[in-house]
Amino acid sequence: MHGWTGCVLRVDLSTGAIGREELNPDWARDFVGGRGIGARYLWQEVDPQVDALAPENKLIFATGPLTGTNASCGSRYMVVTKGPLTGCITTSNSGGHWGPELKFAGYDLLILEGRAERPVYLWIFDDVVELRPAEHLWGTGVFDSEDAIRRETGIPGTSVACIGPAGENLVRYAAILNDKFRAAGRSGVGAVMGSKNLKGIAVRGTGAVSVADPSALMAAQWAQKQVLSEAPLTSEGLPAYGTLALMNVINEHGALPTRNYREAQFEEAEAISGEELAQTRLAANKACFACTIACGRVSRISEEGRARYTLNTSPRNWKHATEGPEYENAWSLGADCGVADLDAILKANTICNDLGLDPISLGATIAAAMELYEGGVLSEEQTGMPLPFGSGDALVALSEATGYRRGFGDDLAEGSKRMGEKYGHPEVFMGVKGQEFPAYDPRALQGMGLGYATSNRGACHLRAYTVAAEVVGEPEPMDPRATEGKAQLAVDMQNISTAVDAAGLCVFLTFGNTLSDLTPLVAAATGIAYDDDALVRAGERIWNLERLWNLRAGIDPSEDKLPKRMLEDAIPAGPARGEVSRLAEMLPEYYAVRGWSPDGRPDAAKLAELGLG
Amino acid sequence: MNALQIHPEKCTGCKQCELACSWVQTGGFQPSRSLIRVHIFDEQASYAPYTCFQCDEAWCMQACPVNAIDVDEASGAKIVLDEVCVGCKLCVIACPFGTIFFDKPGGVAAKCDHCAGDPACAKVCPTAAIEWTQADPGAWIGPFGDRVDRDYRAAEEAD
Ligand code: SF4
Ligand code: SF4
Ligand code: SF4
Repeated sequence: MHGWTGCVLRVDLSTGAIGREELNPDWARDFVGGRGIGARYLWQEVDPQVDALAPENKLIFATGPLTGTNASCGSRYMVVTKGPLTGCITTSNSGGHWGPELKFAGYDLLILEGRAERPVYLWIFDDVVELRPAEHLWGTGVFDSEDAIRRETGIPGTSVACIGPAGENLVRYAAILNDKFRAAGRSGVGAVMGSKNLKGIAVRGTGAVSVADPSALMAAQWAQKQVLSEAPLTSEGLPAYGTLALMNVINEHGALPTRNYREAQFEEAEAISGEELAQTRLAANKACFACTIACGRVSRISEEGRARYTLNTSPRNWKHATEGPEYENAWSLGADCGVADLDAILKANTICNDLGLDPISLGATIAAAMELYEGGVLSEEQTGMPLPFGSGDALVALSEATGYRRGFGDDLAEGSKRMGEKYGHPEVFMGVKGQEFPAYDPRALQGMGLGYATSNRGACHLRAYTVAAEVVGEPEPMDPRATEGKAQLAVDMQNISTAVDAAGLCVFLTFGNTLSDLTPLVAAATGIAYDDDALVRAGERIWNLERLWNLRAGIDPSEDKLPKRMLEDAIPAGPARGEVSRLAEMLPEYYAVRGWSPDGRPDAAKLAELGLG
Repeated sequence: MNALQIHPEKCTGCKQCELACSWVQTGGFQPSRSLIRVHIFDEQASYAPYTCFQCDEAWCMQACPVNAIDVDEASGAKIVLDEVCVGCKLCVIACPFGTIFFDKPGGVAAKCDHCAGDPACAKVCPTAAIEWTQADPGAWIGPFGDRVDRDYRAAEEAD
């Protein structure tokens, strides 16, 4: 095979058995890779009703055919499993160097099953695959664990994906971190890894990714890269400000959720913006493997901030440097908690990296707790500290407490849905299917509401990034307040972003590239004559398979909904004042565009058409 | 004569240079076979691609017992003559910079040959951290090395 290595590595953690098998070529063709092929294997092998944290659940790391090639942004792997936050099929994506190393070692997929009796880590060095004891690392943060594992392997170029204490402690939104700062962040994939007693996976590959037509790939990549180097967002916006470029933009549109979605503009957005970071704290840009955009931020905490917060980044001589924050994180830890202190955000974000937490769900859960505290539902005795909106110190203290499930952190570790229910106020949960919203108010941007409600992994901005049309005007400007055409937009974006995920590419390249720039890459790498339609079709197929999996898991279509606050409480001020989400106008149309039944189920004809029958 | 001028402050660590080099060397994508390697200086929040400096007084060439390393007339690069090389690795030991590699099939040494005057790494680098230009190829390493060294010491003292 070309593009794909053709080999699946399977490790049974219960027995220690390590096996290699051939990648199913039909599945590879139809589901492409990454998110798609991972879903296909999960569909085949895991009962959707299984407890996410039981040994019967499997943890799949899946690369795509472009992972490890020179395709711009071809750095990606997808973690596919059943998630403990949502109960849905969970697909969490990460860049850095780990995915390419797995390909160079000779594997498209890594399937982990069972549960190790004692903590272990997996070491993959080309053909050498072994489980090693990790008891000495249990309880250790991501930064020190990575350094220790790399020291133990002794092989330069080793990339490590691991969990921190949050994953070990089964925090429902624990992440898997690789290369210290890149994260398969959402939905609790780290808790699944922790439930398997698997601390980390170190991988180094010295082999090649063979491609069907190298010259065609070189030419297609050159063209792809040219587009990225000319499009304003990928050539200027992202390199200059990272994704944090969005902070001021979204705030100006009155779509920046503030203080647990009670408002939609943050009066101090400027203080936590990409512009502010670039002027005062940015040390360097950092790219993932093969990325020609380099949105990653290496940043330093300010002089003044150092008096309050010490970073435990490692190696210790980083001189107060860390990475991030990303827009979503600066929003959740910042605006959503009313925190305008960029140093507190950097500190909390670094704790998330080290303890292995998803900053979006963490920040949003703390914001929900702040609302309960201000409403008099939670007392200082219960939270262990004053918890008003805007408190950077509480944010930092609770980030740490959550990773270790200490004190009130034990409640926060359950996510805002369960935490709100426990204290009798389920209405403070701002999310869908148990997963917290990211950083765009669905009342101000109607398309985002539909995207959140229908995402197969619970609320997510990456599946249908209608912001592109509603705010940026790409590929065509659309009125953010209108519901017309949003169903078609959401479906198109979901299918395309799914195909991008499956190929092993980073979705951020869609800020510059269109699908037509990417199709020739996939075709040249695999030698299969994909055209744009075939890739969109693959995206649709994967989307439908994920939907089927969720239905079998017992996630009813009635869960395609938004919290009451989004549907009934109008935005109080700003450009989108008076708006609520009009989801009910869009959802039936969405089901129709998907070709599903009016109650949101793919029917037999649709499944047959997609080859899923 | 043109040389590879490195600007470490511009490098983002993307490894497109390694991918391009390995493609020239092997026809595939295999960074482990690249003759230019990106080094990560975490403590500097910096990266630097690193390859043969094409020394005036090339120790690799002087060490070779069978004269398998020669100067390419067109590009001025020191190149390994595969058919002459006997695989003794003396050049690998002699090079003070660790930029001769010994992982090419056939048991011969491999080093940067400037792609016969049109280096692929410089062409693909998205940030112009590698420039193919009239320059002293070793000029950047001194100041960069001094900075790394100084910061390491300062950090050690602070710890
Ligand atoms: S291989 Fe080493 S010794 Fe030979 S020219 Fe290059 S840097 Fe100098
Ligand atoms: S390995 Fe080859 S090029 Fe190097 S010194 Fe020996 S014979 Fe010369
Ligand atoms: S291609 Fe350029 S930016 Fe990328 S790693 Fe190489 S030198 Fe650095």
